[in-house]
Amino acid sequence: MELKSNVPDGPLESKWERHKFNMKLVNPANKRKYKVLVVGTGLAGGAAAASMAELGYQVECFCYQDSPRRAHSIAAQGGINAAKNYHNDGDSILRLFYDTIKGGDFRAREANVYRLAEVSNNIIDQCVAQGVPFAREYGGLLDNRSFGGAQVSRTFYARGQTGQQLLLGAYQALQRQIGLGTIKMHTRHEMQELIIIDGVAKGIVTRNMVTGEVRSHMGDAVVLATGGYGNVMHLATYAKGCNATAIWRAYKKGAAFANPCYTQIHPTCIPVTGDHQSKLTLMSESLRNDGRIWVPAKAGDKRPVDQIPENERDYYLERKYPSYGNLAPRDISSRAAKQVCDAGLGVGDTGRGVYLDFSEATQRLGAHKIEEKYGNLFEMYERITGEDPYKVPMRIYPATHYTMGGLWVDYNLMSTIPGLFVLGEANFSDHGANRLGASALMQGLSDGYFVAPYTIGNYLAGIKPGTRPSEDHPEAKAAEAEVQGRTQRLLGIDGKETPTHFHRELGHILWEHCGMARNDQGLRKALVVLPELRQRFWENVKVPGNGADVNQSLELAGRVADFLELGELMCRDALERKESCGGHFREEWQTEEGEAQRDDEHFCHVAAWEYTGEGQAPKRHVEELAFENVHLATRSYK
Amino acid sequence: MPVAEQTWGSPVKASFLASSVGRKIVMAVTGVVLSVFVTVHMLGNLQAYMGATTMNAYAKFLQESLHGGGIWISRIVLLVVVLLHAWAALSLTLSNWSARPQGYRAQQLQAATLSSRTMRYTGVFLAGFIIYHLLHLTTGQAHPAFVHGDAYGNFVRGFQQPLASAVYIVAQLCLGLHLWHGVWSFTQTFGWSHPRYNIARRAIATVLAVLVAAVNLSFPISVLLGVIR
Amino acid sequence: MSEKLINITLKVWRQKNTKDVGCFVTYEAKDVSIDMSFLEMLDVVNEDLILKGEEPITTDNDCREGICGQCGLVINGRPHGPRERTTTCQLHMRSFKTGDVITIEPFRAKAFPILKDLMVDRSAFDRIIAAGGFITAPTGSAPDANSTPVPKKCSDLAFDAAACIGCGACVAACPNASAMLFVSAKISQLALLPQGQPERYTRVRDMIAQMDAEEFGTCTNYGECEAACPKGVSLENIARMNRDFIKASLTYRSEVAAGGAG
Ligand SMILES: Cc1cc2nc3c(=O)[nH]c(=O)nc-3n(C[C@H](O)[C@H](O)[C@H](O)COP(=O)(O)OP(=O)(O)OC[C@H]3O[C@@H](n4cnc5c(N)ncnc54)[C@H](O)[C@@H]3O)c2cc1C
Ligand code: HEM
Ligand code: HEM
Ligand code: SF4
Ligand code: F3S
Ligand code: FES
Repeated sequence: MELKSNVPDGPLESKWERHKFNMKLVNPANKRKYKVLVVGTGLAGGAAAASMAELGYQVECFCYQDSPRRAHSIAAQGGINAAKNYHNDGDSILRLFYDTIKGGDFRAREANVYRLAEVSNNIIDQCVAQGVPFAREYGGLLDNRSFGGAQVSRTFYARGQTGQQLLLGAYQALQRQIGLGTIKMHTRHEMQELIIIDGVAKGIVTRNMVTGEVRSHMGDAVVLATGGYGNVMHLATYAKGCNATAIWRAYKKGAAFANPCYTQIHPTCIPVTGDHQSKLTLMSESLRNDGRIWVPAKAGDKRPVDQIPENERDYYLERKYPSYGNLAPRDISSRAAKQVCDAGLGVGDTGRGVYLDFSEATQRLGAHKIEEKYGNLFEMYERITGEDPYKVPMRIYPATHYTMGGLWVDYNLMSTIPGLFVLGEANFSDHGANRLGASALMQGLSDGYFVAPYTIGNYLAGIKPGTRPSEDHPEAKAAEAEVQGRTQRLLGIDGKETPTHFHRELGHILWEHCGMARNDQGLRKALVVLPELRQRFWENVKVPGNGADVNQSLELAGRVADFLELGELMCRDALERKESCGGHFREEWQTEEGEAQRDDEHFCHVAAWEYTGEGQAPKRHVEELAFENVHLATRSYK
Repeated sequence: MPVAEQTWGSPVKASFLASSVGRKIVMAVTGVVLSVFVTVHMLGNLQAYMGATTMNAYAKFLQESLHGGGIWISRIVLLVVVLLHAWAALSLTLSNWSARPQGYRAQQLQAATLSSRTMRYTGVFLAGFIIYHLLHLTTGQAHPAFVHGDAYGNFVRGFQQPLASAVYIVAQLCLGLHLWHGVWSFTQTFGWSHPRYNIARRAIATVLAVLVAAVNLSFPISVLLGVIR
Repeated sequence: MSEKLINITLKVWRQKNTKDVGCFVTYEAKDVSIDMSFLEMLDVVNEDLILKGEEPITTDNDCREGICGQCGLVINGRPHGPRERTTTCQLHMRSFKTGDVITIEPFRAKAFPILKDLMVDRSAFDRIIAAGGFITAPTGSAPDANSTPVPKKCSDLAFDAAACIGCGACVAACPNASAMLFVSAKISQLALLPQGQPERYTRVRDMIAQMDAEEFGTCTNYGECEAACPKGVSLENIARMNRDFIKASLTYRSEVAAGGAG
């Protein structure tokens, strides 16, 4: 397997422009002869499908929800970055590029990140034209805020529902094309297999989640925009249905999987209350602007908050990071919370939580101001926990939130399988080892609106129109048979444990050994227990019902089966990456103050894994990262 | 509609009268005319308190305005309006019933009022009442002692019968309920909604409904109590 | 901790598929933690059913944080249950007490056929959007975002309408199964923004025509939709839509075929 990044030469600033110029164009009359299959209707998939259809291609689009509008992009709260410099505070494409590269701990491809920063401005223009109601100032112009510790105000937002509004913009563009008949939409369809003919991606196999029908769809190019795989941890801020199935099946058909161990743990989530917990809810990071984070100074201190005097509290972030304090970056504050809880200082029934206290800010600003700034978040917290944060400090705990890893793609967003494009969170992305706040939305829309429509066109220009194989092709039939086989196998086991049970157990293992902090011993242990768990799954899972109608247990079982394999690859990748960087923290590689220590000499690369067959160790390939325009600095937030 | 894999056709461009909002607007426009009519009618009938001469003169004036044509014009207009109103009400009600073929076991309503929930029934009752009322006080077939040209006498003798009065009383209660929701509702249908004036919309509807119902109720009651005789 | 556990009885609508007649089935849920969300409580009930070899109760849900709009049950006769401005997934068992009998029904409307148990098909909403719920702005054609200032009031009002998550609770709550609140929310959002003006009056006709074709009921201004809406979408939107529809109907001209190419 060869990892050719296909980054064009020339100066950074003009690479994308020149690349676009050099691309082949498809004759307008021929466009409708090509069919593009787009799996996923989130920001990445929705934007790509709509844009490709506008250009004149035939598009078929798939999602597992009942409507394209429900893709998990809808849940993003904070905002989207762009280098508009509307605030005249010194922002520029170059600065956004630099901040993003640095935020990712120098583990992303320069050229991609630069292109991302470059098209960020077009995204805002596009979304405003679609009617996205971004926050505005009294003069009628767009408002910005600074987010995630950025030094400039470059985050565009729509109250706490930015993802929703951006997604609805893309969704409406998509629906318009559906109404015009250029896109055929398949909701409640799960992609379960990729069809490869002569080494090229030519179709997918889906299961209709209402009728159980398994069938092939053929296309001239296949786009996966299926989101992140964070649900591998069982408890995460993802929607229940988010899955790795599409990218995992593509991996098993030959697409390289890059940096699977890069996961982001978000510090401000509502803690787990018990075993019944099904997901975790994120609360906007903005809370850290005014809340102070603390735990009791003594382990086992179970006194109510108001009885713990000031000098018996440990404001550990302020203590450890005097200059950033409660605003330390996500990975750092998450890890610090875990450390204090591991030391027995955690609060709440489960001991897995730290206080986020607004009493000082309430005194300083007045309850009214606090309500104005955070009222909706407080309300959400109260709804979930039953506690009133105006009276009792909130309890928070970190939770899995984003996966920087994903299918490896070149500069054109094409995977190692020709004809298979991967967009959005599903690819290994432009975020390196850590994603900054408000940049995932930017990347999804950049891929979908402004990159893929060009690069896919370029790819299609090299294919003879009308050569698309039919659904009766033996490869398609074989792929369908694989899906049928797997379904029947799951239904036939009739064991004694539910799919959720396995999912929860998998989550525990990964959270413990491949979570916020990892070490050699733990990862090795995980690599022993995971295959055992997987074996038990295939012997003892219980999936009721049949495959011929709505069967949510079957859906979950299929996803858990894939997560079980993916979890193992994550541990393998984490074990091999013998350094700490961004979201990947290896306890063996830390500075004396407990900060992540990169090893640029040996690990300044992307690790991409190749599937080599059932029961065999996957093969690790590397794509070296060359930094020609930035200097590799150490991140310091002291 | 088919499930999951639909064929997305271009929508039928429904005509105004076929469209739900269009029919709703017909109902509102006719509702306004009827509301104005009952208000004016109520005011006119207040002359009953001024005695036979005034009231009969008023009735005569109405009969003879525009050389006798005025009354026919307004009768025709009213007839058309009532028919349109009833047609819109009927067709919308049928659409609404068919939109939920299977109901809930225990729906708990939060915002609907007695008045809004009973529009269909108060409306039907009013339709019946109008027919009876015309036969009673205009043409006399339903009146035991009808005298042409003696509006006041017909009025008093009519209400002296408890049964007839009872019908009127129930009808006026229905009218009050119908107007209470109806007047607020037509402002909504016409799109007259603004936070600044929304309280006024409710208030006007309430005042009008109570006023019309109360004054109208006073007629049969006054006759039964002997205040008017 | 025992005060955190409650016992409840569920009466759940079970229906195998769209054609099945369906019926209520009673389940006892013991030791339910009040910290559970309503859907987590059903998860626990379902785990038991699976182990007993029975089919679990099918419900639609995804994000479980009140934003995707995929969840939606009628709980004790109220879409999304007893708490105001709360989606089903955000409802917690704290809102109930031990001994409660909870009736769970699907959203009921002709336009929302039941697929299985409590899961319904709301694709009618998608078709309504496809009929006109958009601004035509092909990718790449947009002018600079700040080239058209939008009064803050307008954009705030547009946002209030845009907060709709497309859950369908308004339809479920409306005694007429009318979709006016949903449809008017989108029409309002786009009508309030300068970007939405060019298509404003065709949009309102097209979307209402599609809404009628989907056989939703009509609005008699009950206001139940607003009370059930988890996102507080206001009745004012319906008024605004009516206003636009009147104007659109009064000023409508049939399209004249565009002159030949030149
Ligand atoms: C709670 C939360 C808050 C966030 N806040 C922010 C923020 O403020 N700013 C920011 O920049 N980022 C934020 N993010 C991250 C960001 O939202 C996501 O990374 C991004 O939206 C992913 O978009 P996507 O298009 O790649 O995938 P998604 O939106 O997840 O879409 C995936 C699509 O693929 C489909 N799909 C998946 N699997 C299959 C399958 N097997 N078959 C068929 N279809 C399938 C789904 O139906 C869906 O349509 C947040 C994330 C979360 C969870
Ligand atoms: C207590 C209440 C009412 C009283 C006392 C009353 C009285 C009368 C009288 C006396 C007349 C006859 C006038 C004449 O023929 O010279 C009349 C006519 C009429 N009333 Fe009423 N009325 C009442 C309520 C209503 C209501 C509620 C309605 C409508 C819903 C209504 C509709 C009419 C109509 C349509 C006519 C016929 C006018 C015509 O064409 O001559 N009335 N009313
Ligand atoms: C004196 C007679 C009547 C008056 C003054 C009157 C007035 C009104 C008004 C103002 C409305 C509100 C329109 C809107 O929603 O915008 C209305 C609605 C309605 N009317 Fe009448 N009406 C009268 C008679 C009738 C009759 C005879 C019927 C029945 C056949 C009827 C049935 C209805 C129904 C079903 C509604 C719909 C409720 C709604 O849309 O909220 N009405 N009426
Ligand atoms: S208007 Fe409210 S109730 Fe209706 S679909 Fe939108 S969010 Fe749901
Ligand atoms: S409840 Fe129904 S009647 Fe109208 S105001 Fe709401 S749509
Ligand atoms: S599951 Fe998404 S809103 Fe409830």
